[in-house]
Amino acid sequence: MLHSKIIALVPLLPFAVFLLTGLFGRKYLKNFSGILGTLSLLVAFVISIYTAYEYFFIQGRDANGIFEKIIAFKYTWLQFSPGVSIDMGVVLDPISIMMIVVVTFISLMVHIYSMGYMKGEERYATYYSFLSLFTFSMLGLVLASNIFQIYIFWELVGVSSFLLIGFYYDKPSAVAAAKKAFIVTRFADLGFLIGILILAFYSGTLDFGTLIERFTTHNEYYSAVTAASFMGVSALTWGLVLVFIGGAGKSAMFPFHVWLPDAMEGPTPVSALIHAATMVVAGVYLVARLFPVFSLSCPPALEVVTYVGIFSSLFAALIACTQTDIKRVLAYSTMSQIGFMMFALGVSGYGGEHGLGYMASMFHLFTHAMFKALLFLGAGAVIHFVHSNDMKDMGGLRKSMPITHITFLIACLAIAGIPPFAGFFSKEEILAAAYANNKPVFVVAIITAGITAFYMFRLYFNIFWNKEKIENHSHEEHSHGEGPMTMLIPLSILAICAIGVGFIPFGKFVSSDGKELITEFNPMFSLGPVVLALSGILLALFFYKKANGKSDKVAEALGGIYRATYKKFYIDEIYLFITKKVVFNLVGRPAAWIDKNIVDGVINLSATVADNFSEAIRPIQSGKVQQYAIYFFIGALSFAVLFIYFWKN
Amino acid sequence: MNLSLLILVPLLTALVILTCKNMYSVRWVAFIGSIVQLGLGGVLLFQYNAARAAGNTAQMLFESRASWYQALNIEYYVGVDGISIAMILLTAFVVTAGVLISWKMDVLTKEFFFLIMLLSLGAYGFFISLDLFTMFFFLEIAVIPKFLLIAIWGSGKKEYSAMKLALMLMGGSALVLIGILGIYFNTNDGSGHHTFDILKISHQHIPIGIQTYFFPILFTGFGVFTAMFPFHTWAPDGHSSAPTAASMFLAGISMKLGGYGCLRVATYLMPEGAHQYSWAIILVATIAIIYGAFATLMQKDLKYINAYSSVSHCGFVLLGIGMLTKTAITGAVMQMVSHGLMTALFFGAIGMLYERTHTRQVKQLGGLLKSIPFIGVVFMIAGLCSLGLPGLSGFVAEMTVFMGAWQVQEFWHRLATILACASIVVTAVYILRAAGASVMGPIKDEHFRALKDANWNERLASVLLLFAIVAIGMAPFWLTKLVGPDSQIIMDHLSNVVGH
Repeated sequence: MLHSKIIALVPLLPFAVFLLTGLFGRKYLKNFSGILGTLSLLVAFVISIYTAYEYFFIQGRDANGIFEKIIAFKYTWLQFSPGVSIDMGVVLDPISIMMIVVVTFISLMVHIYSMGYMKGEERYATYYSFLSLFTFSMLGLVLASNIFQIYIFWELVGVSSFLLIGFYYDKPSAVAAAKKAFIVTRFADLGFLIGILILAFYSGTLDFGTLIERFTTHNEYYSAVTAASFMGVSALTWGLVLVFIGGAGKSAMFPFHVWLPDAMEGPTPVSALIHAATMVVAGVYLVARLFPVFSLSCPPALEVVTYVGIFSSLFAALIACTQTDIKRVLAYSTMSQIGFMMFALGVSGYGGEHGLGYMASMFHLFTHAMFKALLFLGAGAVIHFVHSNDMKDMGGLRKSMPITHITFLIACLAIAGIPPFAGFFSKEEILAAAYANNKPVFVVAIITAGITAFYMFRLYFNIFWNKEKIENHSHEEHSHGEGPMTMLIPLSILAICAIGVGFIPFGKFVSSDGKELITEFNPMFSLGPVVLALSGILLALFFYKKANGKSDKVAEALGGIYRATYKKFYIDEIYLFITKKVVFNLVGRPAAWIDKNIVDGVINLSATVADNFSEAIRPIQSGKVQQYAIYFFIGALSFAVLFIYFWKN
Repeated sequence: MNLSLLILVPLLTALVILTCKNMYSVRWVAFIGSIVQLGLGGVLLFQYNAARAAGNTAQMLFESRASWYQALNIEYYVGVDGISIAMILLTAFVVTAGVLISWKMDVLTKEFFFLIMLLSLGAYGFFISLDLFTMFFFLEIAVIPKFLLIAIWGSGKKEYSAMKLALMLMGGSALVLIGILGIYFNTNDGSGHHTFDILKISHQHIPIGIQTYFFPILFTGFGVFTAMFPFHTWAPDGHSSAPTAASMFLAGISMKLGGYGCLRVATYLMPEGAHQYSWAIILVATIAIIYGAFATLMQKDLKYINAYSSVSHCGFVLLGIGMLTKTAITGAVMQMVSHGLMTALFFGAIGMLYERTHTRQVKQLGGLLKSIPFIGVVFMIAGLCSLGLPGLSGFVAEMTVFMGAWQVQEFWHRLATILACASIVVTAVYILRAAGASVMGPIKDEHFRALKDANWNERLASVLLLFAIVAIGMAPFWLTKLVGPDSQIIMDHLSNVVGH
């Protein structure tokens, strides 16, 4: 029997640390908060691993050969009406267990790494408090048993992300980036919220299990939700697409991606944790959570997922080729890889062989977390040393940072999909799923995979090879380029994972229907992607191994295309135009003007009229006896006339 | 519990304040008085829950009555249900925090705290009254002191603001009085007399022709208090000129008098009228929500930002009432409590900033999180509550309104709900703009570096309000359990009467 109550400690430990370091950190726990946070996460990680072990190996599959969904506990938090309530619960199934392992593991690595990276920071305790808040929220999100619970934690990860991006709040650019991230994702969350309202209205529940059951079997709920339609689209499709918009916002899919590159203003370990490995995959996780409904009842919504995913992945890969800020290159590569996960879900079917895409998507989420966290932490080490984010200030760092160099290389090979590194296995399965279900998507995907290899090695060569000069920090000896052990240990552990996790037979644990999915390794099929990746790497080698100016010539030759890509296809400018010019000038300003001049104007006018009126009749009350006598006389006379007139009749 | 204590305690406090010799004794008397109020609120909640748990199903508990003016059948009749208790607790928290925030008030201290106590007396009396006339009496008590508070202790164009606020609220009360009399003359207490008794009236049927005329009058009258569009313009000017504690009281409690009246008097006593005009309420509420939010975007003064945002947030209260579903009404009450606490905290934080920096212009502020971290953090949390962060009270209230509103399956209702949902995006924009420019960012003015952070009374005031906000935000079930059954009663009443 699973010790399911202990699982509650996994999110609660970081929450306790958040409260402790948040309330008392500044004064009492200053230097202790890092250790406190790390220890709590170590415990949470051990519990997660133990739960995974117990769930997959001790308890195992049930009589039907599937891993059953366990509700470890559930507490009614807010009751709306009978049957409709927000519950705070913990659900254990293969994907939630995989996610808690990933989140606690990456978070643990980042906690250890930050002890070195953030050393000497004045607000060290605050940093750890925010980090714990994020970890708590993310764990609450992945363990959610209720769609509103996921929304609650969804908003909480959003605000922790805001706080951490804006951690250096005295930098205006950091504040702007934090605001942008929050507002863009908030806008997408509006879709999520309305989606929830629609789904809850027709299903009469907010519970994931009940909701999925009611929308995938034939019953009155199912017929109601498919019969109702708005603008020719069924209510179910509306609901799911709107929920997906929320997911697309968090996962930085086009057109909501604009916040992610700017989010790199935060401390680099934060980018590794939130904006690479965990929070940004929340959208993928959300679709996976509702996957039976998407797949069995609503193929059109799943198609939206596919095309948004594939477009984002190509779009981001192209932009990544031209950026020079190393963190931004990584941000675009994250967006591109999440696009892979998204369309993998999109092309997947439900159950058995058809569920390959689902499995591959989750597998890629898993491996990507390892190598992308490694890339960011490596980039952090480089930035720590060079004090710049721009690859123009870097070059030849392989000698001064040997460990960072090797681990970064491993991560680059992993993301490029070179065997036997982790990314190869998961990407190969995604491509296989795409090939089986949607040939055009497959073609775009394989091209994107080639571009990925190119821009990753462009990054790698520019940092560690290329020009051999680093004279701008001559005060540091070459041999001292590496950070402290607290930074090197997480790099090494993650590097081992980036090599090793690909060999996990993932289909044995995670599949669309819970049954075992045996994937065959087809060497002939995987040859193509590897050759493409290798040619991408060779191209990068040709351009960037030495400072030779070849790349500049190509950029010049491409002209407008290069500039458009470098400018990120002007999406930011378009948004800025819409918000600044249209919303502020055409809606905000008129609203404020109308309020001041018309609505308030009428009120003031009525006061003025009353005032003038009383001003006008005031002379009557002059206090002069003679005047009053005249009034009296006129009055008496008029009455007399009236009296005589009526009397006569 | 004897509910009259809720009126006696502020009254005694106010009287003792008048006899005090110096500023120190005045504020301590006021503080102790407000702490007693808080204690009474706690006892009331506890006893109420105990009575309900013991199976007491009477609609109102702790009732007591005494004849006041026999000829017109006016009674002093008080009693509470869950909704009134929620409002009483809100009042107690805001008054205590307001007294603590004004600790340093050194101009006419005695008169200031006397008026604050008078206001709280009016508010408590209003929330516990079950007799329409007594209710109106207490409503008036809660209006006049505001004029003095703004005109004497205010800032900026205070005479204009005070006059505007007093006149508009007086106009509102005039409409309320007409509405109440309209109800009164169509009732019968069983012995041939008219009655002001709310419970008795609820068992009678007011002719539909009467409701058609008097519902809008009464609803608008109370609506003025809750800054209903287009009668909201007293709020921005009034708030910005008022001293901090008066702003807290005005937005925290005063605007809730209107919402409570709309629900308890207009909607509950004239159900057909409510059904007939629900479209108008929803329309006006939606306009207030969206238009208030966009108008806030353009404001440059922190107090104006919070005042316009209050117009938008109070729109949720009216939206919840107008939707006429149990969940939406529960949400409306929760929104009243939540907004009251949150806006009091926000005005408190703005007051603390202003006292130190002597400016409320967003452009002139900046980097305060560094120089006065406690106040900066309070400001941030109040902002996050306003934009509906889960874990704080605003989120649960808004979500309850949305969930309740979505149950009405009409196109226009759905559209209104979607627009209301969309306003939370705009809220995020203006809150983050304000917070980003005033407490975050680089320090604008070198003088800001030397500012002193909050002192004990300001800290206590903030912690008190934060406690209540978090208690609702993290554990909303106690509030829904308190309010839910009574919104069910209102809802049953609404559907029963319309049923036949």
